[in-house]
Amino acid sequence: MNDDKQPVKKMSIIVSRGSLDGIYPALIMANGARMEGIEASLFFTFFGLNALANKTLDHLKVATVGNSALNMAMSMLGLPMTIPFPTVMGAIPGVSAFATHLMNKEMEKLDIPPVREFLELISDSGGKIYACKLAMDMFKLKKEDLMDRVDGVLTVGQFYEESAGAGTHILFT
Amino acid sequence: MNKTIAGTEIDVNEEGYLTNASQWNEAIAAAIAVEEGVGPLTDAHMKVVNYLREQQAKGAALTIRSMGKSGVVTTKELYDLFPGGPLKKSSKIAGIPKPVGCI
Repeated sequence: MNDDKQPVKKMSIIVSRGSLDGIYPALIMANGARMEGIEASLFFTFFGLNALANKTLDHLKVATVGNSALNMAMSMLGLPMTIPFPTVMGAIPGVSAFATHLMNKEMEKLDIPPVREFLELISDSGGKIYACKLAMDMFKLKKEDLMDRVDGVLTVGQFYEESAGAGTHILFT
Repeated sequence: MNKTIAGTEIDVNEEGYLTNASQWNEAIAAAIAVEEGVGPLTDAHMKVVNYLREQQAKGAALTIRSMGKSGVVTTKELYDLFPGGPLKKSSKIAGIPKPVGCI
């Protein structure tokens, strides 16, 4: 039991994956932090930039290949979640789109916003949204290719500077 | 648990949320707001508080997203009005249970 409870003051969340299921946990954790009065910043790097690029962010897909836990999604079809979902099936055209459709529908029921609206919500709540400079260069992206709520394009060093302070937790997703 | 606030004895849970909504009044709301560091309640605060009470009475699940879309307050305004926990603090002041959702 930790008697000397130091509150979490800030969450700095690194988002490195670009599938729908790779992005949402980070958005939910950042928004949840703000709702608790905890500062939040999101640093999108590598494939995470998929969630900031204007051309792609409204069309993120659930990863159905190489996702050995996709049996969880069976419950969305009213089936037992113990039914296996062979990963080769995930490669069939339309399966990822269908899984994405199912998940979006379930999330809407829970009042979880689409990615763009979610980023706007986090930004309105005072959360910061950053893109990784190195990943931007790698994927040939410019600041103007990103959605308008991006607060800046940072180097790794600048991100760590931005995260400074006792009570900050850095989370890699 | 009992607590005396604004000269009235009220029932609260261990986190200070009212457990009997009928005991709520504006004087109690004002006193909780001061305790929570929200300060004196303005008309803008009261609009949110009254909206929360209406929604709670209807049995609606309250989320930060639904608040922002309510037309009563924008997300930015809500964070400015109730710093340090917009939905938690406004709910406590409104005398309704602590919101249980993650959104």
